[in-house]
Amino acid sequence: MSTAVADVVRVRVPARSLRSELRAIRIVWKRELIRFANDRLRIVTALVQPLLFLFVLGSGLQRLSSGGTHGIDLKTFLYPGILCITVMFTAMFSAASIVWDREFGFLREMMVAPVRRSSIVIGKCFGGATVASFQGLIMLCLAWAVHVPYSLTLVLGIFGLQLLLAFSITAFGVMVAARIKTMQSFMGLMQMVVTPMFFISGALFPLVGLPTWLAVLNRLDPMTYAVDPMRKLVFNHLDISKPALHALDPGVTWFGWHVPALVEVAVVLLFGLVLLSIAIWEFSATE
Amino acid sequence: MPAPAISVRDLRKSFDEVEAVRGVDFEVEVGEVFGFLGPNGAGKTTTINMLCTLAKPTAGSASVAGFDVVGERDEVRRHIGLVFQDPTLDGYLSAEQNLRLHAELYGVQSDLVAPRMRQVLEMVGLWERRNGQVMTFSGGMRRRLEIARGLMHSPRVLFLDEPTIGLDPQTRRSIWSYIGLLKESEDITIFMTTHYMDEAEICDRIAIMDQGAIVALDSPEALKAGIAADRVQITTEDDQAAIAALADRFGIDAQVAEGQVTFSVPGGEEFVPRLFGELGVPIRSVSVSRPTLDDVFMSYTGSTIRDAEESADRQRSRMMMQVMTRGRR
Repeated sequence: MSTAVADVVRVRVPARSLRSELRAIRIVWKRELIRFANDRLRIVTALVQPLLFLFVLGSGLQRLSSGGTHGIDLKTFLYPGILCITVMFTAMFSAASIVWDREFGFLREMMVAPVRRSSIVIGKCFGGATVASFQGLIMLCLAWAVHVPYSLTLVLGIFGLQLLLAFSITAFGVMVAARIKTMQSFMGLMQMVVTPMFFISGALFPLVGLPTWLAVLNRLDPMTYAVDPMRKLVFNHLDISKPALHALDPGVTWFGWHVPALVEVAVVLLFGLVLLSIAIWEFSATE
Repeated sequence: MPAPAISVRDLRKSFDEVEAVRGVDFEVEVGEVFGFLGPNGAGKTTTINMLCTLAKPTAGSASVAGFDVVGERDEVRRHIGLVFQDPTLDGYLSAEQNLRLHAELYGVQSDLVAPRMRQVLEMVGLWERRNGQVMTFSGGMRRRLEIARGLMHSPRVLFLDEPTIGLDPQTRRSIWSYIGLLKESEDITIFMTTHYMDEAEICDRIAIMDQGAIVALDSPEALKAGIAADRVQITTEDDQAAIAALADRFGIDAQVAEGQVTFSVPGGEEFVPRLFGELGVPIRSVSVSRPTLDDVFMSYTGSTIRDAEESADRQRSRMMMQVMTRGRR
């Protein structure tokens, strides 16, 4: 003790700079990773829902749907959509941690730090995106079980798409969390929004012959533009007939125009960036 | 004469129609332990929030470590450490991870993080537990960790909002000893709020706050000396006769409190021999006590700190009722 009194380590807090903002982003990001790694139960529970959809729904409806799948396993068809929902639900939980942080007071520690609120929000969104993509990687390991052959481009492509989707969903969650103060209402609201987004996105059905109302909703749903390129990516690696490809992977059209995958990716990115800006603005405005 | 660590001029804060802080003025010198004493609801936390840039003043000005709390918010934040009344630790992280995160957020020079962390953790006696998850820590350990964290970036001013609220007596004493240690070892000014009288005793100077205003400001000794009277308590054969005799012979207004005849008199110790000689009622025991901060608080506000809290609670619930009925219309 007495030595501690004798030579005190003096620390100086430097003036605000880009470097200090980057450090703040990095540590907020890192905290998400540490917490994710510590919480093994969460990794397991987050897998339950996607696995149910993939293996129970996929196997159970196989006979019913066999007429329309051109001999393709229903699980193979569902797989790209399931890759998306895994990421969506995990990202949603990551964003929910902001509400926890507020309830447990930790948000205040971050809010009083001499850094921009935007750094905190960006770090949080990157953290959520990374964590959700890791969760997605676990699902990626199941490709063999649904007859999808591995390749480097497939793995990298899927990981990239998952990162992007997870980022957008986390941004959405963080934006909501800026206003919602209790966990119950946050989870309720997120379920109310994310579940329809997932159902309408076409993760569970091909975008052919839909009734007009559903087709319209589908084109308005930002998730459509993540599910569709994911499916294109997976189906491009399958050895299947032209008619099967047309029936199962028709692609998204805007008034008859086939939307290219890059445009779809841009839609998801834009969606995420707009929500991120709103989230930053909301957090900067408080206190 | 160095510039004061904290300088406050006519600081005010209103919430809707309620004026929580009604124009306070004070200066805290560098190296001082300065206490804000008052009942809950006196405006202590609101004042501290304004000084920490967490709330904007409605009027008036304040500077902390030489920086204006409104105009130079970031500068103020870089130079202060905060320990809130409510916990703000991440329970899922270890003690060390919490401190590291803080150091990164405050941009502490990387090669100094480890030695500084060891130092602050050793000070609060948590170095051995640095890898423990904070969730498993007791309330006292968490508060100590929060103090260590508030010191990580060597702040010029450390704000402690009710640092020992809800802690057991032993932990409270150890926290007071850290505050004493800090004063010796670090070049730091400490600003704390409390509603415990014994806690205020460790301060160099205290400001007594009541209903949003400072009613007295001095060292604890000077404040107590300002109260001339000592408190005398006696037990007698016949309390009623003793009270009557006190009024009759000495002109003293006495009451029965805690089962004893209690009264205040200047120079209590000199008064005792006269009491035995002139009271005329047999006395079984006598105790004389010096004025406490409790008496000081009472003499400035006319109520004990506990009574003041109760009336503040009543006032708050009345205001809530008003707001609710207004909202319904």
